[in-house]
Amino acid sequence: MRSAPPGRRRCRERSKQVIATIEHGRAGRRVSIGDPIFAGLATGSGIFVLVLLGSIILSLFLGGLPAFRQFGINFLTSAEWDPVHHVFGAGVSIYGTLLTSLLAVLFAVPLAFGIAFYLTEMAPAWLRRPVGTAIELLAAVPSIIYGMWGFFVIVPIMSQYIQPTVIDTFDGVPVLEDLFGGPPFGTGLFTAAVILAIMIIPFIAATMRDVFDTVPAVYKESAYGVGCTTWEVMRSIVLPYTRVSVVGGIMLGLGRALGETMAVTFVIGNADRISASVFSSGNTIASIVALEFPESPQGSLKLASLLALGFILFVISFIVLAISRYLLRPRLKA
Amino acid sequence: MSTSTAIAGPVPGPARDQRIARSLGRRRHRADLVVKVLCILATVIGLALLASILATLIARGGGSLSLAIFTNMTRPPGSNGGLLNAIVGTLIQTGIGTLIGTPIGLMVGTYLAEYGRNSAIANTVRFVSDVLLSAPSILIGLFIYELCVVPFGGFSGIAGCLALAVIVIPIVVRTTEDMLQLIPASLREAVMALGAPKWKMIVLICYRAAKDGIVTGILLAVARIAGETAPLLFTSLGNLNWSVDLTQPMASLPVTIYQYAGSAFEDWVDHAWVGALLITIGVLATNVVARLALRGRR
Repeated sequence: MRSAPPGRRRCRERSKQVIATIEHGRAGRRVSIGDPIFAGLATGSGIFVLVLLGSIILSLFLGGLPAFRQFGINFLTSAEWDPVHHVFGAGVSIYGTLLTSLLAVLFAVPLAFGIAFYLTEMAPAWLRRPVGTAIELLAAVPSIIYGMWGFFVIVPIMSQYIQPTVIDTFDGVPVLEDLFGGPPFGTGLFTAAVILAIMIIPFIAATMRDVFDTVPAVYKESAYGVGCTTWEVMRSIVLPYTRVSVVGGIMLGLGRALGETMAVTFVIGNADRISASVFSSGNTIASIVALEFPESPQGSLKLASLLALGFILFVISFIVLAISRYLLRPRLKA
Repeated sequence: MSTSTAIAGPVPGPARDQRIARSLGRRRHRADLVVKVLCILATVIGLALLASILATLIARGGGSLSLAIFTNMTRPPGSNGGLLNAIVGTLIQTGIGTLIGTPIGLMVGTYLAEYGRNSAIANTVRFVSDVLLSAPSILIGLFIYELCVVPFGGFSGIAGCLALAVIVIPIVVRTTEDMLQLIPASLREAVMALGAPKWKMIVLICYRAAKDGIVTGILLAVARIAGETAPLLFTSLGNLNWSVDLTQPMASLPVTIYQYAGSAFEDWVDHAWVGALLITIGVLATNVVARLALRGRR
């Protein structure tokens, strides 16, 4: 659209002027009551979305205010979560949220890239749509289904095969021994990261596929023309061309992972402390809110702490999603 | 694509250079092959994960699927209960949530495509809507809890509907705006030239031309909210008894699944799997229908 020849653009400008003249003339003859009403409704709805976001932020902040007042800035870093003595801190949950999400992105990116590469450059035309749709369906499966599937399928695999093997392998190796230590329960931060990775693969893959498709065919054909292999075209032409948007897609996946609730709640093990091992239980902001909410009476400091956690989660995801939007904007809009 | 055979002929130059060129070519093609195999493997893993989820659901939920699931209420463990109130609750909340969210989303999409376009406000609205699209749904639940549950003194079905409506809005906004922008300017100009007011042009012509895409967006939104659990935990809460009263706590399939799956009773866990199977079939079928509706258009 943007690259229309100047002639056509001038033509379009002119027709806009004509339309404006006609509108003006009609308005002069007979006042149309429908137009201002409809325009008002549309604009009002647009403003409503802004108000909606503002109210979400405000309500979470106000709800969490008692906790912020009580614990001050230490709330962010304190690793204490003691409902009996009414001492609450966000440290463990923020740590769990960031660790599981970052690990999830680490696991998901290579797979998502492989899928996007296959779909754009390798798959025969008749396979592209069905395989692409199947991957997109992976994104449509409800979060709670991932939770049950993870708990009943992935957790046993983790506790019986993967975790014992890894723990044995690194036994006695300094640092790694702690990082991959502890009893192989199957649940925990690592398993949560694996489930999150599976859940965000379709989002990252779909974004990568869409931005890979925006690379002009001429560039790729030129590279093939000088004898490049498919991988070389991807590495030297497609990836450099789409680099910014690819990072945007990855950030989108990270944003999704940060706030994922039900799936994580099932497999993370829910513990209020930080351990060195990635196999240990933990919690995330979303999982602790979902799990502790039923035991938090209205007006209690605990509920305020949960709302404060919600506010922190909103701020983190907002920043990540905003960066993602910013990076993706030029490519997908053009 | 493969050019190595063409080079293999009698190329002038020292034999050593040819050997280096050939080994370099072999290495390049080997790297290409390795990456391609890994990519196929990644795709196979992706498909296998979907297959594994579906197979697990069918294996665990298919066996307990019976008529009683659709005719009986949720009952205490061991008394041949069903999921009727949860299914009805999900239908009611999804339906009302969609009914509330769709008109707002439609108008916002219309504003972005037809009125605001690239103005500063429109760009802000577009950005905010896109952020809401990916915002954690649990926070929307907390927001409605603060907004509707606390002031009105209790969990209610209508609060659940409102939470789901908030999730619907950005989905409908995105598809509506995209579809309206696909409509050629000449069509709009033709309508304008006939002297129609702008609102008639949008409602009678643009909406009709973009109908398939807009319906797809609504279907995708329905599929998304039908499986939402987190926002309902703080709003409609769930209810093990029959209730269609919107001012009372209301059951829903996802929340019932959540309660049942974590329980220690075998038949409750079985029912959780049946519920999971039902919701997944519903959600995936809606998705496929939505995509097919759009395919005819593009």
